Amino acid sequence: MSDTAETTEEVVVDPNAVNITINGVPHVARKGQLVIDAAADAGEYIPRFCYHERMTPVGKCRMCLVECDSGRGPAVTVSCMVPVAPDMKVDTESPTTKRMQEGILELLLANHPLDCPVCDKGGECPLQDQAFSHGPGESRYVEEKRHYEKPIAISDLVFLDRERCILCDRCTRFADEVAGDALIHFNSRGNNTHITTFPDEPFASYFSGNTVQICPVGALTAKPYRFKARPWDLAQQESTCTTCSVGCRTVVQTSRDELLRVMGVDSDPVNHGWLCDRGRFDFESVKSEHRVQQPLVRVGADLQPATWNSAIAAAAALITEALAAGGAGSVAVLGGARGTNEDAFAWARLGHEVIGTPNVYAQMGDGLPAGLLALPRATIDQMASAATVVLLGPDLKEELPVLYLRLRAAAEKGRTRVIEFAPRHTGLTSYAWKHIGYEPGTQVQAMKSALADEAVAAQLAAGPVVVVAGRANLAESSAATVAAVREVLAAVPGATVLPAFRRGNVVGALQVGMRPRPGGLDTRGTLQAAAAGKIECLVLVGADPLSDFPDTDLARRGLAGATRIIAVDTFVTESAARANVVLAASAYAEKSGTHTNLEGRVTSLAAAVTPAGNCRADWMIAADLALELGTDLGYGSVADVTSDIAAKVAGHAGVTPDAVAGDGVLAEVNPQLDPMNQVEVQVGERNAYEYRLVVSRVLYDQAVGTAMSPSLAHLTRASAVHLHPLDIERVGTTDGARVKVSSTRTSVVFGVVADPSVLRGTAWVPFNQPGPEVGELIDCFAAVNDVRIETI
Amino acid sequence: MSRLNEANTLLAKEIIGRYPKARSATIPLLHLSQQQNGHITNDAIAHIAELVGATSAEVLGTCTFYEMFKMEPVGKYLVNICGTMSCQLLGADELMHHAEHSLGVKAGGTTADGMFTLEHAECQAACTEAPNMQVNYRHCHRMTTEKFDQLIDDLRAGRLDGDIPQHGTLARVRQVIPAEKAAGVALPDVPVEPAWMADGGKS
Amino acid sequence: MSSYPWAAGYIDDGDRPKIVTSRFQHDDGFTLDRYHATGGYQGLRAALGRTPAEVHEEVKKATVLGRGGAGFPAGTKWGLMPAGKFPRYLVVNGDESEPGTYKDRLLMERDPHQLIEGCLIAAYAAGLSQVFLYIRGEMPLAHERVATALNEAYAAGYIGKHILGSKFSVDIVLHWGAGAYVVGEETALIESLEGKRGEPRLKPPFFPAAIGLYGQPTIVNNVETLSNLPWIAVNGAAAFTAIGTETSPGTRMVAVSGHVNRPGVYEIINGTTTFRDLLYGEEFCQGIRNGNELKAFVPGGGSAPWFTPEQLDLPFEGRQVGAAGSMLGSGAIMVMDHTTDIPKAALTLTHFYAAESCGQCTPCREGGTWLERVLQRVVDGRGSRADLDQLLEIGESICPGSFPHASSTTLGLAATPFPYKMTTICFVGPSAYAPVHSALTLFREEFEAKIVERKHIPVTVGAPEHE
Ligand SMILES: Cc1cc2nc3c(=O)[nH]c(=O)nc-3n(C[C@H](O)[C@H](O)[C@H](O)COP(=O)(O)O)c2cc1C
Ligand code: SF4
Ligand code: FES
Repeated sequence: MSDTAETTEEVVVDPNAVNITINGVPHVARKGQLVIDAAADAGEYIPRFCYHERMTPVGKCRMCLVECDSGRGPAVTVSCMVPVAPDMKVDTESPTTKRMQEGILELLLANHPLDCPVCDKGGECPLQDQAFSHGPGESRYVEEKRHYEKPIAISDLVFLDRERCILCDRCTRFADEVAGDALIHFNSRGNNTHITTFPDEPFASYFSGNTVQICPVGALTAKPYRFKARPWDLAQQESTCTTCSVGCRTVVQTSRDELLRVMGVDSDPVNHGWLCDRGRFDFESVKSEHRVQQPLVRVGADLQPATWNSAIAAAAALITEALAAGGAGSVAVLGGARGTNEDAFAWARLGHEVIGTPNVYAQMGDGLPAGLLALPRATIDQMASAATVVLLGPDLKEELPVLYLRLRAAAEKGRTRVIEFAPRHTGLTSYAWKHIGYEPGTQVQAMKSALADEAVAAQLAAGPVVVVAGRANLAESSAATVAAVREVLAAVPGATVLPAFRRGNVVGALQVGMRPRPGGLDTRGTLQAAAAGKIECLVLVGADPLSDFPDTDLARRGLAGATRIIAVDTFVTESAARANVVLAASAYAEKSGTHTNLEGRVTSLAAAVTPAGNCRADWMIAADLALELGTDLGYGSVADVTSDIAAKVAGHAGVTPDAVAGDGVLAEVNPQLDPMNQVEVQVGERNAYEYRLVVSRVLYDQAVGTAMSPSLAHLTRASAVHLHPLDIERVGTTDGARVKVSSTRTSVVFGVVADPSVLRGTAWVPFNQPGPEVGELIDCFAAVNDVRIETI
Repeated sequence: MSRLNEANTLLAKEIIGRYPKARSATIPLLHLSQQQNGHITNDAIAHIAELVGATSAEVLGTCTFYEMFKMEPVGKYLVNICGTMSCQLLGADELMHHAEHSLGVKAGGTTADGMFTLEHAECQAACTEAPNMQVNYRHCHRMTTEKFDQLIDDLRAGRLDGDIPQHGTLARVRQVIPAEKAAGVALPDVPVEPAWMADGGKS
Repeated sequence: MSSYPWAAGYIDDGDRPKIVTSRFQHDDGFTLDRYHATGGYQGLRAALGRTPAEVHEEVKKATVLGRGGAGFPAGTKWGLMPAGKFPRYLVVNGDESEPGTYKDRLLMERDPHQLIEGCLIAAYAAGLSQVFLYIRGEMPLAHERVATALNEAYAAGYIGKHILGSKFSVDIVLHWGAGAYVVGEETALIESLEGKRGEPRLKPPFFPAAIGLYGQPTIVNNVETLSNLPWIAVNGAAAFTAIGTETSPGTRMVAVSGHVNRPGVYEIINGTTTFRDLLYGEEFCQGIRNGNELKAFVPGGGSAPWFTPEQLDLPFEGRQVGAAGSMLGSGAIMVMDHTTDIPKAALTLTHFYAAESCGQCTPCREGGTWLERVLQRVVDGRGSRADLDQLLEIGESICPGSFPHASSTTLGLAATPFPYKMTTICFVGPSAYAPVHSALTLFREEFEAKIVERKHIPVTVGAPEHE
């Protein structure tokens, strides 16, 4: 040994490293990693059908068999089930491996019909591809193939062709393990095994479309896509789903400038590849023939087509008149939660800086105060790995479906205990460690007594706590929920909050500035002022208060009272129909930009098709209008707006075009957001003859995204009052009968549904469903709304 | 309507109570339902699904896996002729042939009077007594064509009513676990060491 | 009724020691009274007088090889459960359905208390908190006898809370099967007991002893295996190992069926009795029927590769039979004389395994049926020479590499010991191939004789039925 500059090299032993060889080449795998994944990391793709990274391996198809030697000679190994072991020698190319792969493929093809030319999957089919790459080249199977009735509808959206099915257990595993809706299942045995639903019990899962995406053959097809295109004709771009604020990562596929399909992308922090059916299929509304294709200007009683120049001039004139008549405070801008961050930022600047009004707000009176966004924020991953999740909010399955999948998985796997506070049973109730049902208005008391419980206290002390907070009841002031959130935060100092705000880009819109400046009005305040004749110009940016604002009467009076209305929208909604000018906005996938999800993750949106007709992006409309009003916002392209946001919005410095690619980047919490102010809620006692009203959303409602998507439109349910079976008896009515429901506002006749998931003494009505309007009963200024229910 | 009747629902709940997880009672409850109705109906499946906390699709998946559950009505007597090796070596084919001829139905069919359903069966664990058959799963050993005809005669005439209950009744004796004697179910998520292991179990 | 004979099939000739069939001589061996009168529940009392660890040790010393098919020693299996993980369950495998097998049904019908006592001893020794006795659905008499015995035993304080006044408490729950051969496979048995389809789980990575019923450590033992325990508890391991050989101690119940003069179920001394003894011996089957020639026999249940007269002098001992290219399996011997139509016999077995495939894994689901269809064609006289090679090719997709078969000197082939390579999850798939492989390698000429080579296919109006 020389005593010169020889330093002994520090050998860092990674306790998680496992040394193996793959086809003779050394490779460092991770402890516990499956052979199939380790091989993929080393660049050796092992063919597979049943294996899916996001589901428990089952080792059924046997396609992934390879030879592995763990010291006792080469053994047949199911690479999708067996973890790597030190010094294992994996051989994906041995003669036995090859023979097995050819054998399995031949057997899989034995009963598979050769209808590839007319199969939707043809061209992107793992079976077709692997038969080519790993198959025997010819089939010696001359026997009669299995026969089944050709595609049967297993749900409203999905068809099943059992002849093509290779029984890989992916769809059934997904339904059971991921979605929790075990409604499709293997039937019969042996060579007769096939997939079916129970008669008259369709695969009515909110997540059914995922099964089509993960089916390795063309056995499952989605109604909206069947026979629409051939894969080699498709162009595709990565994007983000804006249907709700989970912001699932997607690819948007088009052919000849037409949107054809949306698929989930496996984003580790967000959606794991899954989408809900609403998000997957509501792109149909973009193609709707009912879209507004050019600006409209009111001429007498009619809205008539106009050029952009004249429409912008008309809109600018309305604003100028309003400013003259009532000053900046008489102008209000509502909306912006449906667009991109760029749209919201341009509109916020137009409102605040150009017009000078403090009255700008992105929420429709159905969320929680924007101040919630100023609290220490949790990510989705943190939620899904927390020891405890305190769920104070809506039915995640109905409002934020993929967030529901993530939390359900965490609860199912025993990682996370969920303490749910809700006025009725939700999709998560059966997975919750504790479900605490409360009557509206009493969540603070419910929270206090829960926190005083020893078992709960011990659980909350057991590890990280995440509070998922959202609006559980539209017929109740949000103040009680806010107060309950404060209680948890006070009791558990380290707790973080994941805001369960619902609408697509509501978090982004609020963060970049679509919120009132000091002295400004929120939506409720704006509508109230308008009803009182104090709003000279109301600007609706993709906002439809008449169908979205919980208090229908106030919305109606507000719109009637507003002197002038400008609507920026993709459809002539009920509210837009009252406007003086309608500015035709481009829709999802027609514009690029960025999107912020509920955890603050900013990702990109792709323009995949050209906008319908003459439609323009909201940000462009704002810039045009600003210019007409005498201010140049300085935007020539969407990228200009993106950089401007990074420069001007606190917490967004890191949100650069590079950073938003792929899984995106987390924006920091904007320190300018107002912390939540303390509002005392005074809730009176419920009269024993009355029922406390609970109103919340379900996945499919009459919002344009679903109403204008033919495949989804009929999935709404009827507007009806749901009562606990014992309360039905108490009212003296029966399931299915009609009753008169009266509040301080008015009376509405509803059908009755017996529903054990409803708390006794409360009445639940789903919002914005076909049939009588529950919003008519709601007074948005009341802490809670009580109703009387009578037979008729 | 062929959900479990009231008495059977009570029995079903008692059976469920013997298992750490309710779903384990699926097969026993399907038998109970088959005993009640002679075969399994969709209503029964939906009811059992409710009772054991599974979806109807899952219970149907289990039900159709097992040979003994019949989703269509079968005869009062299910005649299963074994055709596996030992029986086949000693004349199962001839016995089946004779049975088809004398009952006037092909294997898989039911006689017009609804008395008999004839089926091919697999090994009945009586190989030394070949050829074998079962009537409602009651073994009949070393069958001959004469013995077969005699048996069918006896069944038609009701002479075997005491020995062979109608299809669906599996066993006429049920296990009863008296509540005061029961040790209780061992729930998988309650990790208690059995009392008798605590001392000396590890010595 | 008359077709319900007592102990049908059981033959007790000669003066061999009896461990599990000692009460078969009594018509009422299944009653608690008779059980008491013949030393019943003494094994349990003896066990309770010792620590669980001592009883476990005794069973280990006795080396009770599993009687369900795999032949794994029971005591060793119990020791594989992870220490300190509770609850642990015992699942009794009473699903007996392997072609040729007939012993567990007799044990349940004739001596249910012995099985119950065996379960109790196992539960006590291995710390098992609850016992599930899974009985094949198509055995109503076994159900009735076991249910009656369980009810009696509960009433007498042998099962339940504080058994015989001790700290030992356990329930035994009688469970119904519903007709599916594959459920006899231990992991499928567990799935079935969980109320699911009886699809075997893949092992490795997890064996039931580590992760079984409801994810907990679980012991699956065969009825006959457990029925040995009361005797061992009373007489000790030394007395047990004094019978039989070192590698195969004790006795075994063996069913010999098919073309022999006196088919029957015999309790034989393990490891020493040869197949020749069994087939030709005076106290056993007394030769082939009508003085015919022996052609072949299946030594250990339908899945076992076949033997020919050349292997007659092998003893009924697992290792030697394994070295000769087959297995003892479940103790079922099926005998074929020279009149047997070999291809048809093979078809019967292949049909069985194809029909009983659970259907979850590709090679078994698709390959089993394919084998059956090609074989059917050959048996029906519609096959071609290419079909015979095709059969072996399909088999190669199920079991790549060499497949075990009798080490026939005439064929000059080396025996291939277990385990062989297989692409399936469980042994059902390979079992569909075993008879094809045996029959085709040992008796290929019989297959060829069935092939009518067609030079051309005549086109006639009103073509023959077959085409
Ligand atoms: C396809 C298949 C079927 C089986 N059927 C039975 C059976 O019916 N009865 C049985 O006891 N074991 C059967 N076995 C063996 C069991 O898997 C298991 O090894 C046995 O029950 C363990 O008990 P033992 O150790 O006491 O033998 C079968 C195995 C396979 C692969
Ligand atoms: S080998 Fe056959 S029975 Fe066994 S798991 Fe595979 S399909 Fe099922
Ligand atoms: S991918 Fe491994 S068995 Fe299917």
